Amino acid sequence: MKGAGAAMAAGGALLVVLFGASLLAGQVWLSPADVLHGLTSPKPDLASLIVVELRLPRAVLAVAIGAALGLCGAALQGLLRNPLADPGLLGVSSGAALGSVLAIYFGLAAQVALAAPVLGLVGALAASALTFAVGRGGTLSMILAGAAVSSLAGAGVSLALNFAPTASGAYEIMTWLMGALTDRSWEHVRLALPFILVGAAILASTARALDVLSLGEAQAASLGVDLDRLRLTVLVGVALCVGAATSVAGAIGFVGLVAPHLVRPVVGHQPGRTLLPSALFGAVLLLAADIGSRLLRYNGEEIKLGVFTALVGAPFFFWLVIRLRRLAP
Amino acid sequence: MSRLAVSRLTVRRGGRTLLDGVSAAFPAGAFVAVVGPNGAGKSTLLAALAGLIVPDAGEVTMDGRSLAGIGRAALARRRAYLPQNPRCEWPISVERLVALGLTPSLPAFGGLPAALAERVERALEACDLTALKGQAATTLSGGELARAMLARTLAGDPEVLIADEPTAGLDPRHALDSMVRLQALAREGRLVVAALHDLTLAARFSTDLLALRAGRVEALGPTAATLTADLLERTFDMRARVSRTGEAAVVDFQAPAAR
Repeated sequence: MKGAGAAMAAGGALLVVLFGASLLAGQVWLSPADVLHGLTSPKPDLASLIVVELRLPRAVLAVAIGAALGLCGAALQGLLRNPLADPGLLGVSSGAALGSVLAIYFGLAAQVALAAPVLGLVGALAASALTFAVGRGGTLSMILAGAAVSSLAGAGVSLALNFAPTASGAYEIMTWLMGALTDRSWEHVRLALPFILVGAAILASTARALDVLSLGEAQAASLGVDLDRLRLTVLVGVALCVGAATSVAGAIGFVGLVAPHLVRPVVGHQPGRTLLPSALFGAVLLLAADIGSRLLRYNGEEIKLGVFTALVGAPFFFWLVIRLRRLAP
Repeated sequence: MSRLAVSRLTVRRGGRTLLDGVSAAFPAGAFVAVVGPNGAGKSTLLAALAGLIVPDAGEVTMDGRSLAGIGRAALARRRAYLPQNPRCEWPISVERLVALGLTPSLPAFGGLPAALAERVERALEACDLTALKGQAATTLSGGELARAMLARTLAGDPEVLIADEPTAGLDPRHALDSMVRLQALAREGRLVVAALHDLTLAARFSTDLLALRAGRVEALGPTAATLTADLLERTFDMRARVSRTGEAAVVDFQAPAAR
C-alpha cells in the first residue's frame, strides 16, 4: 500500500527530527553546533557531558521504550481483538512496578544503583508467569488473570506506601511510580535495550498469526495457528518489552494504547501490519512527550513523563470511546 | 480410499457425551450433508473432522493417515473449515480477508508471491466479489460476508471443505447461491462436508446424507435413498413428509400429534 509507505517515511523523518530536538532542548538549551561539538570533542567539557551522558541516553531510552510500548499495544490489541487493550492489561507493568517499589522500600535502590530496574524486570517476569499459569487456555481467562495479577501487584505497591518508614521513602516511591526518563544513564540503556530487542523480535514473529486471528479463534486454528503457543509467545514478548520499559522508566501509560490507533487506518487495519508502524509511532510519541515534559516546568520542576502522557492521552481515550460508541451498532 | 473417515469417534465434554462411537467414511467428490436436531453433535463432528478437537476415543483419518499425525500447517493446506456464522474482527478489506486463506502456504516473512496473488483474484471472481474487494469486511451484508468467507477457503485450494451451517442466517436466494457453489466444489473433485438445517436444500444438492441423533449415527448413505420420511421421524422425533419430483425433494414437518 502506497499510503502506508509514505506514512512510515514521514514517521521516520519525524523521529529523526525529534531525536535531534531532544538533544537540543532542556533546562540548558544547546545549539546544533554545541551538540556536534559535544559529540565529537575528545575531552569532556560541559556541552559534551550534557549531550553524551544526559541527553543521548535519555533520547535513546525514549525511542526504545516508546517503540516497545507501541509494539506491545499493537500485539495485545491484535491478540485480544480488542482495541482498548494496552500493555498494562496482563499485569506485566504492575508486576514491574511492584518489583521496583520493593527495591526502593527495602533500601536496595539506595545501595545498588540498578536495584530498582533489575527487581522491576524480575517482577514483570514473575507477574507474566503468574498470568499465564492461571489464565492459560483462553483469551478471556487470560484477561481476567491479568486483571487479578494487576490488582494483586497494585495492592503490594499500596502496602509498601502504607508502611513506608519515612515520608521521604513514600515520596521516592510515588515519584518513581509517576514515570520519568530524567537522569537515566547509559547503564539503564544497557540494562533495558537487550530485553526490549529480544521481546520486539518475538512479537514481530507473531504478525502472521495475529492477521489470521482476525477471522476468530476457530478459523485461525483451522489455518494452522497454535492458539496456546501464540498466547504464550505474545505474553513473553510483552513481558520482556514492558518489563524492561517499566523497570527503567516507571509506569508510562497511553503510548501503547494510542500508537496502534494512529497507524491502523493507514495500514488497512490488518493486525500484523500494525506492529512495526505502531512501534515507530510509539517512539515518536514518547520522544515528543519527553521533550514536552522537559519544557513544561512549574516552579522549576519538570512535569513527570508518565503524568504528561496520561494528561495528553486521556482526552484521546475519551475520543476513542465516543468513536467506538458511534461505530458500534 | 476414502478421503476422510472417522472410526468409533467419541467426544466427551463437561460430563456429557457429545459423540458416541461415530463411524463414517466420505469419498472425494462427495457433498455430504450432516443433519440432525440441535445438540445432536453436528458441530462437534465437524470440528473433529477438521482436526480442531482431540477426541476421547477413536480417530479421524485423511487418506488413511491419522489427523493427529499430520502437522498443523500441512493439514491447514489441505482442508478448510468454516465455523458457524464466521465473523471478521477488524475492518480489513475483502481482498486481504480472502488472502488470509493462503496463510498456511506463505513463507514466514515477506509479501504475497505473485502466483498466490493470482489465486486470491480467482477466488474473488469465483464468488462474485471483485467489485467489493476494496470494501471493509465489517461493512458487508450477511450474504456478502458468507461469500467472502467461502472465497477465503477457496484461495487455499483445499481438497476438503468442512462448513458448519453455511446457510445459517442467509435469505433463500443467498442460501441457494451458497449451495450451488458448494455443489460445484464437490463436482470439481473436492470433498464437501456441511451441517445443514434446511433439509430441502440438503435433499436437492447433497450427494450423501449423514443423520445424527444424540451423538450417534442414525443413517449414512446416498441422499436420494437415505432421506426418507421414516428416517426423519426417527431423527427429529416429528412426523415428516418428503415429496419428490425428479431430483428435487421438499421436506416438511408436522407438529407431533397430541397424545
